[in-house]
Amino acid sequence: MISIAAAAAPASQSALHPAGPDAAIIAQLGWVLFGGGALVFVGVMAVCALSLRKGRPVRPLVWIAGAGVLLPLAALSALLVFGVWNSAELIRPSSQHAVKISVVARMWWWEVRYTDPAGGGDIVLANEIHLPVGQPVYLGLSSGDVIHSFWVPALAGKVDTVPGRLHGMTLQADRAGVYRAQCAEYCGEQHARMALHVVAQPPDEFQAWLAAQARPARGGGAGAGQGRRAFIEQRCVACHTIRGVSDGVAAGLGPDLTHVGSRLYLGAGALRNQPGALAAWIADPHSVKPGVRMPASADMDGATLRALAAYLEQLK
Amino acid sequence: MPPLARPVPICPLRARSCAAVLLCAGVLAVLVGCDEDRPAPPAVVGGDAARGRLLLAQYQCGSCHQIPGVEGARGMTGPALDGFGGRSYVAGFMPNYPDALMRWIVDPPAVKPGTAMPAMGVSAEDVRHMAAYLYALK
Repeated sequence: MISIAAAAAPASQSALHPAGPDAAIIAQLGWVLFGGGALVFVGVMAVCALSLRKGRPVRPLVWIAGAGVLLPLAALSALLVFGVWNSAELIRPSSQHAVKISVVARMWWWEVRYTDPAGGGDIVLANEIHLPVGQPVYLGLSSGDVIHSFWVPALAGKVDTVPGRLHGMTLQADRAGVYRAQCAEYCGEQHARMALHVVAQPPDEFQAWLAAQARPARGGGAGAGQGRRAFIEQRCVACHTIRGVSDGVAAGLGPDLTHVGSRLYLGAGALRNQPGALAAWIADPHSVKPGVRMPASADMDGATLRALAAYLEQLK
Repeated sequence: MPPLARPVPICPLRARSCAAVLLCAGVLAVLVGCDEDRPAPPAVVGGDAARGRLLLAQYQCGSCHQIPGVEGARGMTGPALDGFGGRSYVAGFMPNYPDALMRWIVDPPAVKPGTAMPAMGVSAEDVRHMAAYLYALK
């Protein structure tokens, strides 16, 4: 049954292709319920067909009390016990893990913060979470505006992010890969384009990535001056932070862009991060994701737009 | 012996109505034969339009351009590419021939320094297919 489903769904966002312990438990529970339900359905249809035959009298009490009360009682009790026992195996949220990640859901992107292992300031990024394979990490989930829900189907179940509350979640990936997560609670116009990518890496690659993210933005070389100037002059700095460039400006309204060039996607999964995509997003984000809070660039000429996009693309 | 019947005419209508019908039919035939007066779009050697459609989606050209038939191509930053096969100019100043189009797609700033369209790393192989698809747009 699993292999039939495997042919259909894209594996990176499929609850039917579990890559973590929680998702495996949920998938198993789902298949047992599906199988049991299918059996019950077939049985009821068979009895219905038999009952339409002419002739043989039946003893109603046997069928009503036996098949109608006792049998469901037994089956459902068994399923209840199985379900409760299975659910108890789900990882309990615990913040006693080495890697702690804060995730704040906003309309319609995800702010992600790591603690700097070297003791510096927080490592802030957006719409992407990296974690070491096989090690549980703690996610502290909250929301900045309305109720969202953090759901990475291949790894775990849904956890709502409620403004004013902090929901803890322990996440573990047992296989390296990229898993797509999706907001699972309707939150407004672009709820459908509020994706996040979870990248599970070997522990040493993860440490290297984290160290790179902790560094401030690269200078960018000779050609980057025009782009960096445009970032400030076009007032991108009013909402976006690039550590090393916009220090001293309290932004945070939009995603942190210090290492935006290293991300897989832009706009919370709206565009793949390829050459040209940043220019498209900056020029008019609304043609990609109508209704986002970011305004289209009003008076940037072509050369400035390209320079700004090129500068951001090399912030890896 | 019954009188000889009048010969049955071939056309049941009278002569003047017949002439009117034939004239109308002739005019319609001429009009239907007319097509819009545009030259046929150029052919791109070695270009596969079906592959080009997929490549246009893969390079996310639709994030800036509206392109009929390409999924997600709704961008308003650059001009819409409807009917590109019939356009006279590429980028507003180069006559619309395959070589010019392919040079433009591969490196726009080299062709037109002030343009907003960036180079997207399109390979020489891929640009042929993309050009073939664009020329197929009528």
